[in-house]
Amino acid sequence: MTDPDRTADRPSADLVKRETAVEKARQKTAALALEFGKAWEYAPAPETPDHIKLEERYQLFIGGKWMPPKSGKYFDTVSPSTEQTLAQVAEGNAEDVDRAVKAARHAYDKYWGKMRGAERAKYVFRIARALQEKARELAIVETMDGGKPIKESRDVDIPLASAHFFYNAGWADKLDYAFHGRKVRPLGVAGQVIPWNFPLLMAAWKIAPAIACGNTVVLKPAETTPLTALLLAQIIEEAELPPGVVNIVTGAGETGAALVAHPDVNKVAFTGSTDVGKKIQRALAGSGKRLTLELGGKAANIVFADAPLDQAVEGIVGGIYFNQGHVCCAGSRLLVEESVHDILVRKLKDRMATLRLGDPLDKNTDVGAINSRAQLERIKELVLSGEREGAERFSAPCELPGKGFWFPPTFFTNASQSCRIAREEIFGPVLTIMTFRTPDEAIEKANNTMYGLSAGIWTDKGSKIFHVATRLQAGVIWANTYNKFDPSSPFGGYKESGFGREGGRQGLAAYLEVQ
Amino acid sequence: MEQHENGNGHIAPHGFTTTASRGARMPLFSPPAVNAVAVEERAASLAKRSIKKGAKVAGLKLAISMMDLTTLEGKDTAGKVRQMCRKAVTPMDSDPTLPSCAAVCVYPNFVTIAKAALEGSAVKVASVATAFPSGQSPLPVKLDDVRRAVEFGADEIDMVIDRGAMLSGDYAKVFDEIAATKEACGPAHLKVILETGELGSYDVVRKASDLAIAAGADFIKTSTGKIQPAATPPVTLVMLEAIRDHFYQTGVRIGMKPAGGVRTAKQALHYLVIVKETLGDAWLTPDLFRFGASALLNDVLMQLEKERTGNYQASEDFSKD
Amino acid sequence: MAGEKTKTATREDDGTTLPGTAGLPRGGPIARHADSEAPVPRVTVNKAYKMYVGGAFVRSESGRYFQVRGSAVGHDPDPPTVNVPRASRKDVRDAVLVAHNAKVGWAARTPFNRGQILYRLAEVLESRSSELEASLVRGGTDGDEAAAEVDAAIDRAVFYAGMADKVSALVATHNPVSGPHFGFSIPEPMGVIGVIAPEKPTLLGLLSTVLPVVTTGNTAVALASELDPRTAILFCECLATSDFPGGVINVLTGHPFEVAPIMAKHREVTGIDAWLSDAELRTQVERLSADSVKRTKTHAPRDLEFWLGERQGQGIGWVEPFLETKTVWHPVGL
Repeated sequence: MTDPDRTADRPSADLVKRETAVEKARQKTAALALEFGKAWEYAPAPETPDHIKLEERYQLFIGGKWMPPKSGKYFDTVSPSTEQTLAQVAEGNAEDVDRAVKAARHAYDKYWGKMRGAERAKYVFRIARALQEKARELAIVETMDGGKPIKESRDVDIPLASAHFFYNAGWADKLDYAFHGRKVRPLGVAGQVIPWNFPLLMAAWKIAPAIACGNTVVLKPAETTPLTALLLAQIIEEAELPPGVVNIVTGAGETGAALVAHPDVNKVAFTGSTDVGKKIQRALAGSGKRLTLELGGKAANIVFADAPLDQAVEGIVGGIYFNQGHVCCAGSRLLVEESVHDILVRKLKDRMATLRLGDPLDKNTDVGAINSRAQLERIKELVLSGEREGAERFSAPCELPGKGFWFPPTFFTNASQSCRIAREEIFGPVLTIMTFRTPDEAIEKANNTMYGLSAGIWTDKGSKIFHVATRLQAGVIWANTYNKFDPSSPFGGYKESGFGREGGRQGLAAYLEVQ
Repeated sequence: MEQHENGNGHIAPHGFTTTASRGARMPLFSPPAVNAVAVEERAASLAKRSIKKGAKVAGLKLAISMMDLTTLEGKDTAGKVRQMCRKAVTPMDSDPTLPSCAAVCVYPNFVTIAKAALEGSAVKVASVATAFPSGQSPLPVKLDDVRRAVEFGADEIDMVIDRGAMLSGDYAKVFDEIAATKEACGPAHLKVILETGELGSYDVVRKASDLAIAAGADFIKTSTGKIQPAATPPVTLVMLEAIRDHFYQTGVRIGMKPAGGVRTAKQALHYLVIVKETLGDAWLTPDLFRFGASALLNDVLMQLEKERTGNYQASEDFSKD
Repeated sequence: MAGEKTKTATREDDGTTLPGTAGLPRGGPIARHADSEAPVPRVTVNKAYKMYVGGAFVRSESGRYFQVRGSAVGHDPDPPTVNVPRASRKDVRDAVLVAHNAKVGWAARTPFNRGQILYRLAEVLESRSSELEASLVRGGTDGDEAAAEVDAAIDRAVFYAGMADKVSALVATHNPVSGPHFGFSIPEPMGVIGVIAPEKPTLLGLLSTVLPVVTTGNTAVALASELDPRTAILFCECLATSDFPGGVINVLTGHPFEVAPIMAKHREVTGIDAWLSDAELRTQVERLSADSVKRTKTHAPRDLEFWLGERQGQGIGWVEPFLETKTVWHPVGL
């Protein structure tokens, strides 16, 4: 083949000329930007909450009854997008927790622990169905209470919550086969404390396997997002589960602490921050209670130069801006092979220009409200630290509404492993971008954290996926995809991201004594 | 060699140059791979945009202005073509605010008739050529086909690539044929039909897109309409990504035309959303985006009437030309 | 020359057992000084007992020791009082470091290869079974029990040798997710596991706790029973002459009340399997583990029956607590 460019004796002046031309073209084209303006604007498309009837005041759901809290105290639950109070919710104290645990114990001893798996299964299936029937209502309330886009609550949170009940229901009468014929029995009463980022979904992750395995439950929803758990309690009531099988005690941190410390709780399951997780682990020392923890993360999303970049951009955006980044497995550290850093950042910027931030009830909203003022302050504080440490900030050009708690999708370039924004979990829509040169360096950087919940790998080369996946210290690896969840797929972390798995056959082990 | 009109003669995507030997270096050509599931996911997520009220009306009117109203049948006649031309100029008599379509798309035999029927309007005449739809004729025949259509007055030429050459890896042949066709077009705009339904995977679609752009296409187009599947949202998205990368590299804007299978107003809006959120404002114009369709127009008109009157419409209320 | 007038030494020769000489049971020739007519019993070479770290036998960096005494039953070449290293904080640190450095290579070996190495250990143990048995007896284990314990220990090594490449088949899953993705969950080793072996049985307890940890690719830092560290060290000699790479199994000697909290606090230790008779110490270990979200299992002592039993003393249930589950997703598309 004759290739004039490859002729060895080509005069070097030509080469220089050619390189200059290439460089000129590069500079010229680097300045080219796509415009995502107002050429064709979408009209508002809000999901109407008109038919949603929230009660003014919600009581505790204990032993199948709605009971006022012993303290007589109630707290407001507020919409983070409007700062309006949606309802008042009972503040359960240690006495209420004790009543709930007693009710759960009674239900365990009297009905649930003894019931045939096949019968239990049908109750759990009922819950799954009812969640589907009330999906729209639940999605709207989830979005109002938590600030997440209706698109996500409608397409992810609620369908997955239902799927978890469906999936686990089917296990109830097959537990004898689940562990190679080893004998299993339920643990008793499970105390479960869940976070505010996926309120109903987390309730489903916790309750569904617990009751399918024959345990009874006391669940403490997050303080800022209690409503859908209370609607779930109504569904459980309508599904005619025996009283006390599922109890919902709303409240704040102290309520949760009272629950995990209760001496008659056999099993504690917690999803939340690593700090609180450690406190719980410490508190449970010597108690003999079984414990599973789903804690924080600082996932590396690794993009190799041979990756389909346009789809990687989608994975990056979905990885960090999904649910405003309030996701423990969020791909909050982007590790990109240096040779494609510039083009990837450029594509990412253009993609972020199309993100629509605003009214979470609008069906076209991509980025909703930050869950609470406190969380917003934490995000701002960390972003400020990133700026101070010299990283370069880019925020999507979104207009922020005047009321409510908002933060624009943001990323940092020129960040290093030592920056706080590269080490601490921000739990917000903030991405830290760093570069690597070789696969080994990518792996080393990805593992350079005390967390180990999840990671992403983007490459078109199959053998590289397996090579990297086996070396990443993370419980969930998404290769050429990100933030995918399924009830049949075990989820949980390595290292300080917690222990135990939720989902799949592995998830049952957390709620069974396997002999 | 002379630089192509679209400016990509010297620095083309992925660093290969197209100077001296035209397609001779095509064996080195390796465009990015495509993650099929993620592309389909992205295209589907854009279908979830809720387009209501004013946005819907504006979007549908824009869609009309982007339509290449098409008839490509063995039973085409002068009468049929004239009726279609009238509809292209005035989609619905009762609403004079509606724009005309962008073009009509016909076989070379009907270019003269269409040209006459459209005289005085801004509606362009596009002609398929290059042994449409299979492209399985000798290159001189195909180029002659093109030259004649241009002579007859075609403003735009819709060519087909040699899919056999594409799939057998003879990229140089595909490239050279496109480049030769571009030359044969003279002043006429060139749309290059990839016939994505025959290419087998998004990877090859992407490869063919890059190749067509590099060889001189003004537009890239999904399908002839004779093969299923024709245009789909994910295939369109892949082609738009090729166009985007070319823009990033050169600043040159290539046009896009999904054709075949776009039948409903809802689909048309979905495509517009994909364009808007992939390439941005600059492409929301008939100069850079077209729909190749025949049945689409009436559904769009129905939806516009529904928006105007608030009532659901009956199909018989709309002329079937 | 020595041996010229060799004569078998007996206690009766001089009416006493000379301290530091080989006693009756072994018999054997006695050296005679060239210039002396009187027979002198041969002076035995005492073994300095050392901990096994990184494939080498080491003293405690602290220079500390504790003493164990023979049971006066059975053959014992050692003096009545033997000094054994008393592991310190820094000994734990050093052992964890070598275990940490060994983990990548050990985990990267094929399960088949790890299985072969464990099987080699069983072979070495079998060849030294009488020595192990004698060691147990001098360490205070009843003779019949010692024989049963050694047999069970060897069989346990065989059990876990065959486990290495079966674990995946037993616990991995394909996850039938709702969507165009292929998903699977596989077991992976956790890293460095701290083991506090039970007081009793001294040999079988150590083997039964360490082998399920390492067969899957973890490395271990174990504290041997303080009742009979000499048998543990003998076991380490078997390890050293098997094909185990250095650092995979590290055995310290010392006191659980000192070592267990240090392990629990060490952030490089991923999990702990602690068999402790003291309930307060168990609680302390669990509490300290929280700082690094350690996977810690504590257990009260169990009887010999438990350890000897094939259903209870071994099994997949011993392996699982020190495995992580890694879930991998990939799209399925053209």
